[in-house]
Amino acid sequence: MRAILVVLTGLIVVALGFWAYRENYATQQAIKEVRELHAAIGAGHERLNMLDAEWAYLNRPDRLRDLADLNFERLGLLPLMPEAFGRVDQISYPMPEQLPILNSIEVSSDNAIQGEGL
Amino acid sequence: MIRTPLRPLARILKARQKGENPDAIESENKRLRHESMRDGARLRAEGRLLVLGAVFFVAFSAIGIKMGVIANSVPEEPTAVATGNPIIGQRSNIIDRNGRILATNLDTHSLYAQPQQMIDPELAAEKLTEIFPELDHERLLKDFTGSRKFLWIRRQISPEQMQAVHDIGEPGLLFGPREMRLYPNGPIAAHILGGASYGREGVDSAEVIGVAGVERQFDSYLRDPANEGAPLQLSLDLTVQAAVEEVLAGGMMLMNAKGAAAVLMDVHTGEILSMASLPDFDPNNRPRVLTQGDQSDSPLFNRAVQGVYELGSTFKILAVSQALDLGLVNPETMIDTQGPLRWGRFNINDFHSYGPQNSVTDVIVKSSNVGTARIALLIGPERQKAFLDSLGFLNPTGIEMPEARAGQPLIPRQWSEISTMTISYGHGLSASPVHLAAAYASIANGGHRVIPTLIHSDQPRPLGPSVMRPETAQAAVSMMRQVVTRGTASFGEVPGYEVAGKTGTADKPRPTGGYYDDKVIATFASVFPASNPRYALVVTLDEPVETSGTEPRRTAGWTAVPVAAEMIRRVAPLLGIRPIIENPELVSVSLNSH
Repeated sequence: MRAILVVLTGLIVVALGFWAYRENYATQQAIKEVRELHAAIGAGHERLNMLDAEWAYLNRPDRLRDLADLNFERLGLLPLMPEAFGRVDQISYPMPEQLPILNSIEVSSDNAIQGEGL
Repeated sequence: MIRTPLRPLARILKARQKGENPDAIESENKRLRHESMRDGARLRAEGRLLVLGAVFFVAFSAIGIKMGVIANSVPEEPTAVATGNPIIGQRSNIIDRNGRILATNLDTHSLYAQPQQMIDPELAAEKLTEIFPELDHERLLKDFTGSRKFLWIRRQISPEQMQAVHDIGEPGLLFGPREMRLYPNGPIAAHILGGASYGREGVDSAEVIGVAGVERQFDSYLRDPANEGAPLQLSLDLTVQAAVEEVLAGGMMLMNAKGAAAVLMDVHTGEILSMASLPDFDPNNRPRVLTQGDQSDSPLFNRAVQGVYELGSTFKILAVSQALDLGLVNPETMIDTQGPLRWGRFNINDFHSYGPQNSVTDVIVKSSNVGTARIALLIGPERQKAFLDSLGFLNPTGIEMPEARAGQPLIPRQWSEISTMTISYGHGLSASPVHLAAAYASIANGGHRVIPTLIHSDQPRPLGPSVMRPETAQAAVSMMRQVVTRGTASFGEVPGYEVAGKTGTADKPRPTGGYYDDKVIATFASVFPASNPRYALVVTLDEPVETSGTEPRRTAGWTAVPVAAEMIRRVAPLLGIRPIIENPELVSVSLNSH
């Protein structure tokens, strides 16, 4: 009985040792992955920040104003003025769709010469 | 093992035959047996001691080796804790109320040299001056060949310049990472943002610190890593700010003014949507502080916040609304406006005479100094001082900029009756345009104190303490509306936006005492739309003169008002205010028959 207990304990110790070994390496792997992800996130942030800055720089009001002036012929952009506001009743209703012509009459003008009609 | 008997029969019998004592044999055998038992026990004990010793030796060796390893390895943080995002350590961005970037960071590099590692200092100096023409070749060569071990060459370089320096191939030229504060919109909102520069510098990094404006005011917030890069959201609207600055710059040029300021404020929250001061500067390349002359001539000077001016007749509405609120007058009460009004050795006069009597409304509409002074006399100094205090005119505005503390209003040391009269029409008390905008906002929002702020908040702010009754505020707005429809600010009419306001033209005080004859501060303070005021706008021009007529005109009605009107026309649609159709004109129908 005692011998069985001793052997069992030994086996448990070996099993736990093996488990701890595996956990250790799994943790190290996970930490490495986290580090890589952080580096990727950091690089992504850096890139995003750079793109944001560039976007803001390219969309600065002075530049947009100059571009609107340069391309006035093509785009006709003006500053937003009070006249730009409309009322709902200034918008015309869409025209009702025309009904399809069902009883159409074929009219032929073959061989007809202008001025020679009845 | 074979156990030897203590009394072996053969030997006992033999001993008996010889007549010896057989007990001797037994004791002899006992002795031998005891000896062998002792030897065995000793051997076992020695073995155990040896094993124990070995175990202890191995254990202590293991500990000793581990200690040695720890002592010899580079110390390292336990990496099991997830490290924070490295980029979050940057200074936070500043954004406007719609999330557009006002200030951000850019990663650049700095260039430094370690001359003792240089291979060809002469070539390096020559190539560097080719890349950076502003560097001095002689000086660089002296530094490179001298005894210096380290020197900065440039604080910031662009990627192209960095590549060019790389191409020199000199191992003694090294790069360090640098964060650069970038203001992508250039001079727009320059005074509010302020600027940033480097604090403590190292090879691997440099501290970016705010030097003025909100960058300085919120420096610790912007640098706090606990915010995890959360941006600072200002109440400004970039589009509105750009439009205001454009119109103001145009107006300043047309009116030949040497400076101008504008403040646009939400009357309910006190949030400043736009604040401009001209001339301005580029915060990316902040100019140096003037070392001589008047600081108020520097482009760094913020006229809207730091500049305290006598704001002239714009103050009249304050005196009149207080008199209305106290029940001393009503809008129809007739006031003696016969000038000049003599008080001791002072004479108070009007721009020109407005007749012997005018109603309170007409005192405002025609802007009569005499009439306002008489109304102020009814109020008295103590009540006037308390009222102006409740509107915030006796203290700096509390706007979130370090410059705001410089905007301490100048108030008379002794608040006498003559002070009361002059202050009622805006002389004798100097305040900043932001003060005035806050006071007009208080009138426009139904009489609640407004604290100007630059920080946007989505939560509704609690109403400030009441400074006047809502009916009084409404009456005051109605009077200001009449100033525009039939008074001194007729150029201020913007169809659809019901502008209500008050002009103010104040003579500039001479530094030596007294006032200039031909230098004025022209101000137009307005609220719009009058039927339900939402925004307050103050436009101030410094020394404007309008020269289209036969003689130069300097009054605010000819200078500040047209600029403010154009500003409202541009800005109100951007703020999403739909024009109100006040009197829809009937289309005339004429019947003709041919």
